[in-house]
Amino acid sequence: MLIVDHLTHIYEKNTAMAQTAIHDINLVIPEGQFIGLIGHTGSGKSTLIQHLNGLLKPTSGSVFFHGADIHDDDFDRKQLRSKVGLVFQYPEHQLFEVDVWSDVCFGPRNLGLDKLNVELRAYHALKQVGISDEHFYQSPFDLSGGEKRRVAIAGVLAMAPEVLILDEPTAGLDPGGRDEILGQIAALQAETGITVVLVSHSMDDIAKHVERIIVMRGGKIADDDVPTAIFMKFAELEEMGLGAPQMTYIMDALRLRGLAVDPAALTVTAAYNSIMKALGMENHHA
Amino acid sequence: MAMGCVVDIIKTKDLVYEYIRRDEEGNVEGITRAVDEVDVAVRPGEFIAIVGHNGSGKSTLAKHINAICYPTEGSVFVDGKDTADEKHLWEIRRMAGMVFQNPDNQIIGQVVEEDVGFGPENMGIPTAQIWERVDESLSAVGMTAHRKKSPNRLSGGQKQRVSIAGVLAMRPKCIILDEPTAMLDPSGRKEVIRAVRALNDVEKITIVLITHYMDEAIFADRIFVMDKGRIAMTGTPRQIFHRVEELKQLRLDVPYVTLLAHKLRKSGVIKSDTTVLSIEELLDSLDIALPVKHESVGKSVNC
Repeated sequence: MLIVDHLTHIYEKNTAMAQTAIHDINLVIPEGQFIGLIGHTGSGKSTLIQHLNGLLKPTSGSVFFHGADIHDDDFDRKQLRSKVGLVFQYPEHQLFEVDVWSDVCFGPRNLGLDKLNVELRAYHALKQVGISDEHFYQSPFDLSGGEKRRVAIAGVLAMAPEVLILDEPTAGLDPGGRDEILGQIAALQAETGITVVLVSHSMDDIAKHVERIIVMRGGKIADDDVPTAIFMKFAELEEMGLGAPQMTYIMDALRLRGLAVDPAALTVTAAYNSIMKALGMENHHA
Repeated sequence: MAMGCVVDIIKTKDLVYEYIRRDEEGNVEGITRAVDEVDVAVRPGEFIAIVGHNGSGKSTLAKHINAICYPTEGSVFVDGKDTADEKHLWEIRRMAGMVFQNPDNQIIGQVVEEDVGFGPENMGIPTAQIWERVDESLSAVGMTAHRKKSPNRLSGGQKQRVSIAGVLAMRPKCIILDEPTAMLDPSGRKEVIRAVRALNDVEKITIVLITHYMDEAIFADRIFVMDKGRIAMTGTPRQIFHRVEELKQLRLDVPYVTLLAHKLRKSGVIKSDTTVLSIEELLDSLDIALPVKHESVGKSVNC
């Protein structure tokens, strides 16, 4: 479990360039949740997630992992970084080894595991992201964009993290690649109960997968609730430079036209079912 | 060329692009054909969207339009000029400007207006005219208010609009945008697409937009769908997005509103066979089924 307590971060404090990135944030991330983190560019998302695995030192406030302050002198921050796995934007830019297998083995080997365990973890991680054996000894640079990214995510999964944080994991991927990566992460989450924090600009992706959404604005948490409740306030989200899934707007337009559909339907399937129900055609299957 | 015929702004003829893959020691491992016999013609003022899965050849095709890549076989003409002919190189690069995915890799100036003026300055344009172009370009993308700012202080959407202004200052006939919104938040995406559409509508600049977002492709006059280096489909957005199942096969998608309408059509709720591309069109096609009609219609998600 991660607890963020009155966390403030000011870049270049005590200089003319000082800029408060996040201000007085309180947050509890319990085990096993699938969380979406949204906010427009510069709202403080990246600063916050870097605090979650101790990459930044707070200007004030604390972060607790399993009850221990991660900035205590005797806290093992190296271990924290394997327990809270952070997948940066465009993680494929960080691939460097001669083949896929060595790249994914790099992390667990650095943890000091023996060869057997390193390889078991690497194998397991590559399977979790759906990379088939034939790619194991290929150069990561010969893979497609989506495959490269999945190899990079496997590199983090091989550290066996308890919390997986992904910053825009689908940016630049085709729709097929987008669905694959998010589908695999959702399956992984359901199977292993790992905590996932998904940072995304795609409201549709967020709506499809997460159980809780944290909205950031100007370095503060503007809202924190279940997706249906968050997206009902789509006008507020738009003011923040965000938006809602396309279905939310459709449901709203239909309600204005007098059709009693569910305003909280976020996906195509939910919207379809709701329209059929409102029209009294529930048992009418395509 | 026939009399009175408009010269295609972009034309490819049996375009093939191959690159050689080498191993660590430099031995040839194989040859990849990234673009495979592509024949396309784009008329001046058209808005083209290119969609296709990762590795389908979209970017490689686009790089041929401003002579970053040269054909292995076949040819590419920009405004009638062969890109393989070195004497046209700078003219082609000026006429066909490119905007890439990451705004941070494209902005070099310390101040917005300086960044926009960099292109014309390099072309040796007199100072007074540079400023004129900077003014016009910034105003065309709605960034005049930010002209004195440092690009570091801008949002992603604003930076991307500065990149577009930088290209505009070269007075191009055509702008190629390679996933310009992939890194942007929802409002940034809207800003950029709105700016691109305005350039097409108002300035009549030819647009080639490469995107993975199907809801951005609906604004195009025509969509090229690429697969394995070839053009797999071409047509208007309405024609293309009608082919829901085929697009899925190509790892693509249709806008969610189109998908919803498709499902409702299968269940008989929507009678008309016309492909739905916007919320308004969905409401219209549902008309008979709706109980009452109000004046106000829900806000569109489209730009």
